Amino acid sequence: MIPFVTAGYPGLAATEKIVLGLEAAGADVIELGVPFSDPIADGPVIQMSSFEALKKGVTLKDVLGMVRRLRRRTQVPLVAMTYFNPVLQYGPRRFVGDALTAGLDGVIIPDLPPQEEKDFQAEARRKGFAVVLFISPTTPPARARAIAKRAKGFIYFVSLAGVTGARRKLPADLKARLTATKRIAGRTPVCVGFGVSSPKQVRELGPYCDGVIVGSAVVNKIREGLRSKDYVAKVAAFIRNLKGEHV
Amino acid sequence: MKTFLPDKSGHYGVFGGQYMPETLMTPLRDLEAAYRKMRRDASFKREVEYYLRSYAGRPTPLYFCRQLSSILGRGKIYLKREDLLHTGSHKINNALAQGILARRMGKKRIVAETGAGQHGVATATVCALFGLECHVYMGTEDMERQALNVYRMKLLGARVVPVTSGSKTLKDAMSEAIRDWVTNVKTTYYLLGSVGGPHPYPEMVRDFQTVIGKEARQQVLKIEGRLPKYLVACVGGGSNSIGLFHPFFNDRSVRFLGVEAAGFGLKTGRHSATLVAGRVGVLHGAKSFLLQDKEGQVKIAHSVAAGLDYPGVGPEHAYYRQTGRAQYAAVTDREAVEAFGLLSRTEGIIPALESSHALAYLPKLARHLKKNDIVIVCLSGRGDKDANTLSHESH
Ligand SMILES: Cc1ncc(COP(=O)(O)O)c(C=O)c1O
Repeated sequence: MIPFVTAGYPGLAATEKIVLGLEAAGADVIELGVPFSDPIADGPVIQMSSFEALKKGVTLKDVLGMVRRLRRRTQVPLVAMTYFNPVLQYGPRRFVGDALTAGLDGVIIPDLPPQEEKDFQAEARRKGFAVVLFISPTTPPARARAIAKRAKGFIYFVSLAGVTGARRKLPADLKARLTATKRIAGRTPVCVGFGVSSPKQVRELGPYCDGVIVGSAVVNKIREGLRSKDYVAKVAAFIRNLKGEHV
Repeated sequence: MKTFLPDKSGHYGVFGGQYMPETLMTPLRDLEAAYRKMRRDASFKREVEYYLRSYAGRPTPLYFCRQLSSILGRGKIYLKREDLLHTGSHKINNALAQGILARRMGKKRIVAETGAGQHGVATATVCALFGLECHVYMGTEDMERQALNVYRMKLLGARVVPVTSGSKTLKDAMSEAIRDWVTNVKTTYYLLGSVGGPHPYPEMVRDFQTVIGKEARQQVLKIEGRLPKYLVACVGGGSNSIGLFHPFFNDRSVRFLGVEAAGFGLKTGRHSATLVAGRVGVLHGAKSFLLQDKEGQVKIAHSVAAGLDYPGVGPEHAYYRQTGRAQYAAVTDREAVEAFGLLSRTEGIIPALESSHALAYLPKLARHLKKNDIVIVCLSGRGDKDANTLSHESH
């Protein structure tokens, strides 16, 4: 189970608490979204959380600082999800160094395909910092094999053509595509994301992959919990529920 | 000699590229393959030329501005009259060619982004002509200041989708168009309106706009028997300017001058002068210059001209800037509005506010001119769409 939260929504201190709650609820990896002004791969919910975090002035540096603080209290794998421009302005080499020092395990960059910024990607590889690659419904088999060969950390398997956001129905051929991807992935774990939002979907996908990424549905729970101020508990309960462990 | 930019991977030096989600990688490659095939296909070329001529009204005149030249005191000012084209701007050159490409690729659903609404109108027009379904994303702020164009698009049968996120202008409309494309990628053709975005768009849109420069080059040689000293064009995303400049790339004596929008003034931070005041960054699929803060968050651009109100710029311009092949300057809203009035009064031509930026630089340029130096200004569009906005302002 890999929940996604936008770092800094509703605030940085809150995100720290949520992360610890998610770990306690059984999250295997936690994805930390770095807010960006133009999140082209995201649907309305994550756009909203990203804009809210930006209003609070949350930066990539702040997110690394938060990771450093979290590392005193948890060893759960933490992966950042950021668009490329904040990394470019931070300095790609410096980012790899600082991220490793802070205790970040990898980064997911939705607008960085494997063929761009080869220096940065090679530097990350040399230093053992995972740049997670994607395989999507439009990726042809030969390219998927090439991506699988280079993959580090895990393969982010995009369930559907589209942007992030909870969907009631997932594509009919998803399981078949997952099975094919598992076959070429070798020992690299394959995790499914985009659209997943219900325990039933998690249960159904479980046997076909190594992990399920849930983003918009988690952010939605945070938003719903904001009024009652108990969003940490609510989000943790949601993750337990997704995992099928009712409390 | 032919210039060979971009390279095979879609880069102009360090600029350009394909900074896009994995889901779009294969569609972009398919698009590139289709475009390469069409470029070699004589029937595609003939079809594009046919529509440019008999539908859009090409070739456009190269008009000598006698009065304007005499007021400026130095130089011979020519206007490349893209404003006379069907739908009122150069955007139709690209929209027609891409529409024909989309049709030949078997795509029936078109999405586009628009700022001023000129590209939206051009796209809606082409969709009406070819019977394609058309969805145009437009920021709500732009819908307000370009209400006439919203009406035109709807009249042409397009769906205008209001975009309320971020700055509610072109940048956000483009993000939404990309989100639509990534979601409906099997059926949908993304008809991008300028020379930005991921490869192959900057190359393809440039090629479709070079008709401006190719004609202008022939015309000026015919009229004057010599090449111009300067080419001047406004730069939003950069398509009318690159379309004028590129065919002169190897004429080393010809200087390129791109004019950006300084909005309320460069010092106020409220402008769209990406090449003059921005830094290298990645937005909407390409590495180029970008208006951004030090954290890499994209800034909200400002210009009185909706078509220039974009914090990015095409990667080929970034390359021209870096290599010194072109110079870039910026003029304020106020200067552009003055030039808008000046051309109207002196030549009886109402220019688009976007094009007025190019005109507004002429008084500054004139100081560096000799009496007989030829200057070609790209009059990228006509100003009817702006009359409404300006008539509400007090001047
Ligand atoms: C008349 C006119 N000129 C110029 C532009 C700016 O675009 P570009 O820089 O791509 O030519 C626009 C954009 O809408 C326009 O409508």
